[in-house]
Parts: sequence; C-alpha cells; structure tokens
Amino acid sequence: MKVSLVLPIAYFSRVKKPPIPSVEFRGVSKTFGSTRAVASLSLEVAPGEFFSLLGPSGCGKTTTLRLLAGLEEPDRDGGAILIDGAPVTDLRPYERDLSMVFQHYALFPHLSVARNVAFGLEQRSVPAAERTTRVRDALALVRLNPEQFGNRMPSELSGGQRQRVALARALVIEPSILLLDEPLGAIDLKLRKQMQLELKALKRTLGITFIYVTHDQEEALTLSDRIAVMDHGEVVQIGGPAEIYESPRSAFVAEFIGESNFLSGTALREQDGLWTIGRDDLEFRIPAQPGIATGSSVTVAVRPEWLRVCAPGQTPGNANMIPATVREVVYLGETLQVVAEVTATGKAMRVTVPNEGQLKNPIAWKTGDEIVLTWLPGDSQVLEENWS
Amino acid sequence: MTGRLPRWLGVVAGSVFLFLHLPILILVAFSFNASRFSAGWNGFTLDWYRAMTRRPDILRGLYLSLEIGLTSAVISTVLGTALALALHRYRFRGRATLESMMYVPLVTPEIVVGISLLALFAALNISLGVGTILIAHVAFSISFVTVIIGARLAGMDRSLEEAALTLGADEFTTLVRVTIPQLLPGIVAGALLAFTLSFDDYVITSFVTGSGTSTLPVVIYGMVRRTIEPTVNAVSAVVLGMTTLLIYVADWISRRGAK
Amino acid sequence: MRSTRQRRILARIVSKPSTLLAPAGIWLIVFFVVPLGVMMVYSFMPRGVYGGVDSGFTLEHYRRFLDPLYLSILLRTTLMAAGCTTICLALGYPVAYAISRARRWKHVLLLLVIMPFWTSFLVRTFAMIFLMRDTGLINSVLMRLGLITEPIVMLYTPFAVMAGLVYTFLPFMILPIYASLERLPTSFLEAAEVLGAKPSARFRRIIFPLSLPGVVAGSLLVFVPALGSFIPSDLLGGAKQMLIGNLVQNQFGAARNWPFGSAASFVVMAVVLLGVMAYLRSGRGELATSLRDIG
Repeated sequence: MKVSLVLPIAYFSRVKKPPIPSVEFRGVSKTFGSTRAVASLSLEVAPGEFFSLLGPSGCGKTTTLRLLAGLEEPDRDGGAILIDGAPVTDLRPYERDLSMVFQHYALFPHLSVARNVAFGLEQRSVPAAERTTRVRDALALVRLNPEQFGNRMPSELSGGQRQRVALARALVIEPSILLLDEPLGAIDLKLRKQMQLELKALKRTLGITFIYVTHDQEEALTLSDRIAVMDHGEVVQIGGPAEIYESPRSAFVAEFIGESNFLSGTALREQDGLWTIGRDDLEFRIPAQPGIATGSSVTVAVRPEWLRVCAPGQTPGNANMIPATVREVVYLGETLQVVAEVTATGKAMRVTVPNEGQLKNPIAWKTGDEIVLTWLPGDSQVLEENWS
Repeated sequence: MTGRLPRWLGVVAGSVFLFLHLPILILVAFSFNASRFSAGWNGFTLDWYRAMTRRPDILRGLYLSLEIGLTSAVISTVLGTALALALHRYRFRGRATLESMMYVPLVTPEIVVGISLLALFAALNISLGVGTILIAHVAFSISFVTVIIGARLAGMDRSLEEAALTLGADEFTTLVRVTIPQLLPGIVAGALLAFTLSFDDYVITSFVTGSGTSTLPVVIYGMVRRTIEPTVNAVSAVVLGMTTLLIYVADWISRRGAK
Repeated sequence: MRSTRQRRILARIVSKPSTLLAPAGIWLIVFFVVPLGVMMVYSFMPRGVYGGVDSGFTLEHYRRFLDPLYLSILLRTTLMAAGCTTICLALGYPVAYAISRARRWKHVLLLLVIMPFWTSFLVRTFAMIFLMRDTGLINSVLMRLGLITEPIVMLYTPFAVMAGLVYTFLPFMILPIYASLERLPTSFLEAAEVLGAKPSARFRRIIFPLSLPGVVAGSLLVFVPALGSFIPSDLLGGAKQMLIGNLVQNQFGAARNWPFGSAASFVVMAVVLLGVMAYLRSGRGELATSLRDIG
C-alpha cells in the first residue's frame, strides 16, 4: 500500500524540482578600496545556456566573471557563489570546473600553439598520446589546421588565430562552464561577426554553459540565450534578447540596448483602456497599466523603428501624433535616420526609416520640413522610473 | 629623432668614447709587451700570462672570486626574485617601507656598507673570512637584482598567470612554468650583475675579509700599490676578458628574450 | 613529479607575500639595517683603548667635525664629487645624445658604453695609473716625440684623482640620460619643427627639459659613489689629499678610532641623503628604469 503512494509522490516531486543551476550567485559583493564593483549580486545560469553579462565599462561585469573564476575573492559578508549547486567560494581557480578565455588571449609566448593548448591537459596528468589526440581535435574544432599551426609560436599568429588557440586551449580540458571576457573585443568587425557565429555553433555542439562578458549590445543580442544587463555593480534586468530589446524596464536598459526616444509627462485621464499622458503642449496615449493613477509621473521609451514620419494631416487615426520639424536626414546604408525636433519641447527624436534606394526612390523629407511623428500606443515601453 | 648630428657633437662624443676605451685597450696591449718598463714596445710575448699562472696568490684569488661570485649570484638572484615578486604582486602593510628600505643599498656609499658590516661582525665576534665576504656581497646585490626584476614584473601581462590558474595550474606551477620563463631575461641580467658586482668588488671586501682570504680584486690592489710589473696588466686583461664575455652573453640572452 | 600535498605546500609558500619576502627581508635587515644601526650607536660612544668602543655616550666625535681640519676635508670631498659630476655631465650628455641619434649603430654603441660600466673599477683605475705615471705611456710617447724633456708629473696630483673619478663614473651618467632621451617621443620634435623651431631652440626648450629626469638620475648615480670613494685618491693621488673616504678608511685601519670613523661615515651619509632627497623631489621613476636598462 505504502509503496503505491510513495511512487506517485516521488514522481511528482521529481517533475517539480527545477534543474540545478550551472552557476549561481547569491548576494555576492566585491569592494575595491572604497569602490563597490559588485553590489549584492544574485543570478542563476541554467546548464547549457549562453548567458551574457552586458553593460558599460565599470559596471562590474568583468569583476563578476572573475569572481566566478576565482581570480577575485568576494567580500566576506555572507554572499555565496555556487557551481552545479556546490559552493566554490573557498576553492582556488584551479580547483573549479571551468576555464576561461581572456580579452587579450593570454597565450603563453614561450610555448608553441600545441603546447599552449596542451597546458591544461598536462596539469591534469593526461598521458602524452592522449594529449596529442585531444590537442589535435581541439584545434580542428576551432578550425585551425593542427599540422600547419601546431608548431607555430603565438607571436606568429594574427589576432583571430590567437583567439582560436585561446578557445582551443580552454575547451580541450572539457570544462562544464566556459567563461569568456570580451574575447572578440580586439578583432575587426567582419571577423568578429564570423567568430560570433562560430561561437554559437560551438556552444550548440558542445552543450556546455557559456558565460560571456561584453559591452557590445549587438553582440549580446546575437549570441545569448539570456542577457543580464548590469550597471554600477547591479543587475538591472535579466531576460532573453527579445525581452531586453523590446521590453526594457528602465531608461538605462532602453538606452543602452539599441536606441530609444524618451517621452515623459503626467497621467491625465483614462479612456477606453488607454491612458493619456501629457506635458506642456504634448499628449500621447499608452495602454492602461497597473500602478498609474491620475497625476502619476510616467516615462515612456519608443524605439526609432516603431515611429513613422507623416506629412501633417495625413496621420492614421488611432496613433499618437507629435508635430516636429526635420533637423537632419542621416544616411546609414541599410536605413535612414530622420532626426526631428519636437515642436512642443524642442528636443530631438530619431526615426528609423527603411532605405528604398535613394537613387531610385528618394525619401520625401529634408531639413526644415514640417512633419508629424506617429506611433501606436501599444509600441510604447513604460519605464520603471522617472526620467527627464 | 629628426635631423643629422651636428659635426662638433659627433667629434665630442667620439673623443669621449675614445677616452673611455683607449686606456683599457692600451693596458691590454701592453700585457703582451716584452718590456718590463713599458717605455716602448719590445716585442710580443706571453711571458706575463705565464708568470701569472705561476703565482699561487693570483690563482687562489681568481678561484676564490669565482666561487664567491657564483654563490653570491645564485643567492642574490633567488632572494631578489622572491622579494621582487612580493613587492610587485601583493599589497600589504609596510610595503612602501620595505620598498624604500630596498633602495637604501643602492645609494649607500660602499665604504659605509663595508664599515658597518665590519662593525657588526666585530660586535658579534664573528671571525672574518669567506663567509663574511659572501654575506656582504649578497647584502648589497639583492637590491640590484630586485630592481631589475621588479621593472620586468611591472611590465608583465598578468593575464598569463591568470590563464594558467584557470587551466588547472596551482600557484607554484604557475610560477615555475609561466612567470619565471617570462622573467628569464631579467633574472639572467640580475644574476650576471650580481656576479660582476661580487667579482669586481674591492672596497667592501677589503673591510670584511680576514687576513688569510684574498679575493682577486684584493690581490690586484696589492699588486698595483707595490710594483709596476706587467703581470698586473695580464691579470687585468684576463678580468676584462671575462667581464666582456659576460656582457655579450647577457646581451645575447636579453635579445633572445625580447622576441 | 611532486605529490599533490607537496605542491599545495609549495603553492601556499609562493602565494603569500610574507614567505616570499622573508629571506631577502631578513638578510637586508640583519646585514644592512642593523649594521648601520650598530655604526650609529658606535658613533656616540667614546673610544676604547684598542680603538674599539667604551661604554658611555658622547658627542665628541661629531664635534670634531666642526674642527676646520675636518670641515675642510668634507668640503673638499663634496667639491670634488660635485666637480666630477659636472664634468661627467658635460662629457656624458653629448655621448648619450649622439647614441640616441645613431640609428644604425645604436646597439653596438650602447654595448661599448656599458662595457666600462661592468668592468672592474680597480682595473680601470690601474689603466689610468699605467698611462699617467712618470714612466707611463703618455710620458714615454711625448718624450719619444721630443715634445718634452722631463716627464710631466700627472700622477699623485688632484688632476689625476679627478681624471680617475671621471673615468670611473662616466658610464653611470651616460646610461640614464640615454634612457630618458630614448623615451622622448619623436612626435614632440616633429611638432616643434613644423612650428618653426630651429635645432638649438628645439634642444633648449624640449629635449633638454624632458631629459632632465635622466640627468638627475645620472647625477645621483655619480655624486653618491664619488662622495664615498677613496680608491682613486688613494691610488692616483697618493693619499696626499685626504678625502672623507680616506679619512673613514684610516680610522678603521691605521688610526684605530672606530667611533670617529663611524661618525664620519654618518656625516657622509647625511650628505648623500640630502642628494637623494633632492632627487626624489624631482620625480623618481628614472632610477629603477635606468638600472633596468643597464641590466
């Protein structure tokens, strides 16, 4: 009798238990002298995830990575770092099951490529024959010909090649977590884009957790399963690329990722599920949200690609409308950007307009034109704080 | 730098160069002179070198200087490297004080160093001999080594060591397999400098040496004071040859390391 | 291969600053700082029967320095060291400048300058003796050529001492100056040239001021050892002109008055410290870099 009760309970508890996070930070802080680089940080990374730490210089993302690697010690104030559910705070870097790729590659200059890659294997007392095979496989994995590159010295390689060797060296020891500290920062644009795709493919092949630090938001959006946006030592928002880009929760995130236009005002009245927000001579509508009452201060972000430029009098019915004057039309190749000065506030807003070929079908607007900027109320991102 | 060198500047520089090297070259040249009184050239001879090998005091001095020099170089380099690592890698209380203290030997006149050590040994009733010479040589060499290696450490890329740590190497393995290979040119330069300082030292050695022990510089000093025999030239030439060789070795090594 | 436990112990030794600096630190303290302390104590103690120290406290040794005899020695030594420094600067700066401009032969020239620096100081002093004594080369050549009938007395004169000092310390001046000239970005000079400055103006207003750290470092590297030197005046000057170095050596040798010798040493140190402080005030990075470049 009891057995038949136990089994379903066991089954349900097994199903309900979430997988152990590959990496977990619980209230971790790091202070350097009088600066708090990381402030009570908490986050979880799922196994096999491509997780990015994104933010401007000095936001604490590299410090966070180094705390995870064991290259820095967290403040002793009760915070904990866990890998696969086990606390690692007292473990030295060489005792943790991870490896790292550095921004400037950190290849050992006095060792050949093959010996660089073999370094980690030697530390693990892997026998020589197996070392040779694994080194060869690792180099092949990063698309470097072992015969051709094995005996070269790092000084003879280009930046991209060095980065691949660094990757091979980190991967050959088969870590469960790979840390990457702005690895593509010193590489030129075209090669960078190619290597981004290679990294993504690599993660799919290997299935290990990648933790990636970058200040390039486009790179983070391209590569990641989830992104943690950081500012001043704190995580400001975590989510998938779409969530971060399309639903930024604060002005900081809205501005750091892509471009945003910001509008603010006071909530005036509600009608048909839309709140009217107004300021000075400006009025626009947003969908009703919990937490807005008459008189609330509201700030909204609108991305340039959600705006449209219309001639005065030609506006679609339900949309928000803001009269403005064209200050400049900027040619960006794929798109054009119309920089317009809002008549009511004097501030500039940017609109991204697809480029249909300026030689065949040029844009109708030029500096000085009177226009109306329009967008749908639903395309407004209500932000968490006031911003003026 | 732009432009050509003004004529007069080249002349001055050239003369100074000559001034620096001519006396030594002449000295070496005359070590082959068959005349005893250096009044004129009397023909080529190796007599003085042969005489040198028949002088037990010179040979003993040479052997002793080599022995002390090598030992001092090894000890100073090990201690100096460790000190440089401690000063440049870590923050700790009293670091600035230690660093200043380390600079003191560099600016203390040799005579003061020699005398103070003599005073110490006398106060502690330690008899003077090879041991006290060695102690003194290491004492003034450490700082030189530390400065040279410290300069190299300061310019070293730390991420190399961090990479080694993340790849599974503990601190000792990292030191041996990553840090020291990077520091090697500095270590070699420091060791060679320590050897040369020890091998050539007269002032400090003269104060802390016992009556029975004479390093080569002490022997040379005695010879220079006493007589005019060209054997001194021969000994000098040998010493010069040794140091020149060392310099070339040091230079060659540092050029390999720079790649 | 070492066992894991041994490695861990070694790792701990290597990763703590205290263990790393302990051997050198102890050696320096015991064999450098303590001796200086002992000497300082001695300098305040009365002279014992055999030239050592008796117990007690006295300022007599320092007071002896106020005697015109000793003050003149101090003054003479300081002037000689300063003179040597000035001459080395005048001779050494052009050489440093020429090397920094040399381009093709720079490395060889540097080696040639470094060589005397590394060779034995005794040997070089002896080279001077060899040249300058009455039966030495210079006199022999001049007599052969018939230019003189009597040998010129060069040895055992202040001239010889100064020549010996300069000869010994010249490389110490050249190298730091060269180092700081090397670090001068060419763009400064090109900018000045484009703005119309003539070579002399460029030197006066850009090159020389920016090479000042090297000049100061070199001056220090010459002045300090020169102050304490006694070998040149001993071998080249016949100890006729007593410098402080000779005085100190004497007190610990023939004259057997250790406390007085200690006091004299500290007077020398005081002068040295003044020089060092002046150096530190003008920015101190050059000393370490010069020593590294020398290595």
